Amino acid sequence: MQKINREVLLEKAVALLESNTVSCVLGWRAGEFDYDVTPFVFTDAADLKANFVWNDFCGANFSKYLVAKTRKHEGKILVFLKPCDTYSFNQLLTEHRFDRERVYVVGVPCEGMADINRVKSIAGDGISKIEFEADAMAVSTLYEDAPIRVSYADALSERCKNCKSKKHVAYDELLGDAGDVIDSNRFDEVEALEKMTPDERFAFWQKELSRCIRCNACRDACPACTCEKCVFDNPASSLENKAPANSFEEKMFHIIRAFHVAGRCTDCGECSRVCPQNIPLHLLNRKFIKDINEFYGEYQAGAEVGSRAPLIDYTLGDLEPGEVFDRGDR
Amino acid sequence: MQRIGVFVCWCGTNIAGTVDVQAVSDALKHEPGVVFSDNYQYMCSQAGQNMIIDAVKEHRLTGIVVCSCSPRMHEATFRKTAAAAGLNPYMVEIANIREQCSWVHKDMATGTEKAIILGKAAIAKVNLNAPLTPGESPVTKRALVIGGGIAGIQTALDIADAGFPVDIVETKPTIGGKMAQLDKTFPTLDCAACILTPKMVDVAQHEKIRIFSYSEVESISGFVGNFDVKIKKRARFVKEDVCTGCGACVEKCPMKKVPNEFNLGMDNRRAIYIPFAQAVPKVATIDPNACNMLKNGKCGVCAKVCTAGAIDYKQKDEIIEEKYGAIVAATGFNPISMEKFDEFAYNQSKDVITSLEFERLTNAAGPTAGKLLRPSDGVHPHTIVFVQCVGSRCASCAEKGKEYCSKICCMYTAKHAMLTRDKYPDTEVYVFYIDVRTPGKSFDEFYRRAVEEYGVKYIKGMVGKVSPEGNKLKVQASDLLNNRQLHIDADLVVLAAAIEPDKSARPLATMLTASMDTNDFFTEAHPKLRPVESPTAGVFLSGACQGPKDIPETVSQASAAAAKVIGLLAKDKLTGNPCIANPDEWMCNGCSSCEKVCPYGAITYAEKEFRMPNRTTAIRRVAQVNPAVCQGCGACTVTCPSGAMDLRGFANSQIIAEVDAICK
Amino acid sequence: MQMKEHKPLIVAFCCNWCSYAGADLAGNNRLNYPADVKIIRVPCSCRVNPMFVLRAFQRGADGVILCGCHPGDCHYTSGNYYTRRRMALLFSMLDYLGIERERTRVEWVSAAEGAKFAATMNDFVETVTALGENKRLEDLRCKK
Repeated sequence: MQKINREVLLEKAVALLESNTVSCVLGWRAGEFDYDVTPFVFTDAADLKANFVWNDFCGANFSKYLVAKTRKHEGKILVFLKPCDTYSFNQLLTEHRFDRERVYVVGVPCEGMADINRVKSIAGDGISKIEFEADAMAVSTLYEDAPIRVSYADALSERCKNCKSKKHVAYDELLGDAGDVIDSNRFDEVEALEKMTPDERFAFWQKELSRCIRCNACRDACPACTCEKCVFDNPASSLENKAPANSFEEKMFHIIRAFHVAGRCTDCGECSRVCPQNIPLHLLNRKFIKDINEFYGEYQAGAEVGSRAPLIDYTLGDLEPGEVFDRGDR
Repeated sequence: MQRIGVFVCWCGTNIAGTVDVQAVSDALKHEPGVVFSDNYQYMCSQAGQNMIIDAVKEHRLTGIVVCSCSPRMHEATFRKTAAAAGLNPYMVEIANIREQCSWVHKDMATGTEKAIILGKAAIAKVNLNAPLTPGESPVTKRALVIGGGIAGIQTALDIADAGFPVDIVETKPTIGGKMAQLDKTFPTLDCAACILTPKMVDVAQHEKIRIFSYSEVESISGFVGNFDVKIKKRARFVKEDVCTGCGACVEKCPMKKVPNEFNLGMDNRRAIYIPFAQAVPKVATIDPNACNMLKNGKCGVCAKVCTAGAIDYKQKDEIIEEKYGAIVAATGFNPISMEKFDEFAYNQSKDVITSLEFERLTNAAGPTAGKLLRPSDGVHPHTIVFVQCVGSRCASCAEKGKEYCSKICCMYTAKHAMLTRDKYPDTEVYVFYIDVRTPGKSFDEFYRRAVEEYGVKYIKGMVGKVSPEGNKLKVQASDLLNNRQLHIDADLVVLAAAIEPDKSARPLATMLTASMDTNDFFTEAHPKLRPVESPTAGVFLSGACQGPKDIPETVSQASAAAAKVIGLLAKDKLTGNPCIANPDEWMCNGCSSCEKVCPYGAITYAEKEFRMPNRTTAIRRVAQVNPAVCQGCGACTVTCPSGAMDLRGFANSQIIAEVDAICK
Repeated sequence: MQMKEHKPLIVAFCCNWCSYAGADLAGNNRLNYPADVKIIRVPCSCRVNPMFVLRAFQRGADGVILCGCHPGDCHYTSGNYYTRRRMALLFSMLDYLGIERERTRVEWVSAAEGAKFAATMNDFVETVTALGENKRLEDLRCKK
């Protein structure tokens, strides 16, 4: 359950919209089901009051939307950003992807967002209604008479369980209290994989990546993937391909995508959230983040605007590629 | 589709010995785009080249593949051949089947097979080649020298003597730099002023040289041949063109207690001052922090005594804009601060001084008129301890010192010790050293003279502590060769402070997009082969801003930098390398990654309007590559996530085509 | 049935200024190394896009090696420093995906190190030969 409720956000949004501080509000509205809330740009206060939604399924990272929306809309855009979203926001500013002056950031504290797959694994399929009670979700399904109670902790998504920061690194205004960077165990899974034999690792990734259907959802949701034209869509790049016809291609796609965002990825976890095949794509990005931290010193993309990403930087004493494997216990 | 001609060279038996050249030219005949394929004994010979020219004409070839020796050997030759045949020279690719095939493989079958594959890769690449034309840009025939020390002076004089106008920008009121503060110079012991001041006068009188003293560089934009520079001429409150340098104002100025920078604060100057007698320009300057007239409007004596009417209390800073074709950094060095070296009691005793202060103390124009007297009580010192490597070669104390060797200290300390013994034979002189480094012409002889003829006591070991006691300085030191502790009651301790680049170098490097090392010395374009050029085209390095240097070295580097500048300014147009980075504006995200990895500062950004879907437009930030500056390394192409940045001559598609051809 | 000995396919990217010249020197001195090594000339090791490395594997290369100037000697002053970071991360990622780490290598070879070039190639070919054919990153449709 989110500490700050919908009414607080709504009041803020309506006030800013009606005072013409902003011309539109980037928020959420209901989708077909209670759990598939949809990002939406509200320009009208009445529409906002009627349809604005804020609940534990508002996981989308809005920072990426600002690239397109600042081009499309005049005036300032009000955007609600969770702590993890603000890192992406800063990273995009570092890369000059939109004008800071065109955005009004309201920081929203986050208690962690729910993963519908976890809810389904407890309540089962056929969810018809979800009500957000103080300590749990009441999930009604087509197959059960009484709603099934799913605690927020049980519904918590992987990325929120391993949340790295409750701190907003960018905002114009903050709702609720300021949070802190927190210790997380987000690299545990990467470490577990590193400890496997190459054959086991290969089998793991073969199994995971072979499920890829190349829907490009990971790319489309990723706030680091904001290229005007993606290399995978560009016939001149020699990489263009649409559908996976072979096990190689999804590997190529995911390796190159992970490499392109290496040093720029803030570990917001959108890629894994949106993957319809539930591929743990964050494990690729986190590997790069972990390596970067270990090889070149701790670096958190987006922690500050204008920082130099590790791949566009160097020191004279950097690790040799061959030494990567000779370190410590590995 | 290209029409490609393939020419396989035998190189006598060099290639034909291990590669079946006929089989290669036959096999390559059927590759896509190939319309002609043949082999010949020596493709690089006149007959071979004529064969290419004839084939181009006969078969209307658009591209050429030569399977021969290394492109490092004959690429230029075959490009000229292509040009002679009317083709663009960049439509030639070389398959290296000699150094990288026939010479390293012994077996005819494997050699032939590999030669065919290398040929295919070259064909695949040339299929994607496009004609390239080197860009041209004009050259502004004027040079800017930043820094007016001996380095800047020498560079400016050499450039001006070659007939090009030069401007010198110097932050101090006079040119001359550190050398003007020195007494004698090693190893010849001629006086610094005697050899420097004539050069300063030459600069002042040279019709091609302008001096902007008391000025600094405000901003730099542009690129090689075309720099736009803004110079801030700080108000000196004296009209430079009117002041005669008579010094009447200085004499009458009532503000007498301003520490004199030129003598390192060891005596005082007036609020209006001329740094030293031979200053160039010899013009008075009012120190706005000390002058009562400027601070509170009370005084005005200098204006009253100036018969020329040169004083102007209302003078403002002035910005001068000028275009330059080349810029020389000659920002020089400073001794590091001794504040952190508590063990030598520099802050506690006036009688612990740096070597530069010692220079002033022994200089006839210095605060003691050349008499070696202790700063604290004006008494002649009888025991002097020189400490070398204070802050130099200091790997373990990086927070206060420098890791590198400051290079000049061994020699000037030998000079100080020798001169002291020469003038005052009753003085005991000790020198503590880690090593004595004397690699230079007549340098070791000089040092040996100090030891052998002048009886300077050289002791290998470091001074651990200096403690002032009464009017003595207790020096505790180790003598490593005799393995014992020494206690010396010294009257004067002289510290050979490490030298560091001037603080103005770092902001200047940012303006120039020139790179620096971790110590803030400018980095040269190549440490061995291009030592006076910065990696940024059109920017040259003179003197100690590139690394510690003594005067002879500084002067030779200064002249070398001048030669490079003259070579640049002598050209009317600059012809670039056409194999340069080439951004696709449509795909560019404007993220600045490429700008950050470019070692040459060749990439800038422009806001451009683009038509977007649904009849909208958007202003986007897109990368622009300056063809005169880009050297074609390709670092930007890999850092670009969208692949908007590509490299002409080594395009993504070309390299991938080569990979594919090899792996087929 | 007699197994045919597997001949590996090695793609070597060499920078124009140091390593390509080093390879030329190996030739000048007639230092042998297996013909399985095919060199592609690039202006600087920093021109090598990870995409090229993956492409080579996709098309059936059994090993990929990058050669550049020694750190500190880059013709373009800093190119190989970027290469070093990029390839350290890429190779670590490939290893993480279960691709044998021995199939990738970066080696600094100066224009004077013809002997080192030949020795490096001999060693690399031997290592890759021992691993056998690359199956893990190969696009099977690309095989003839």
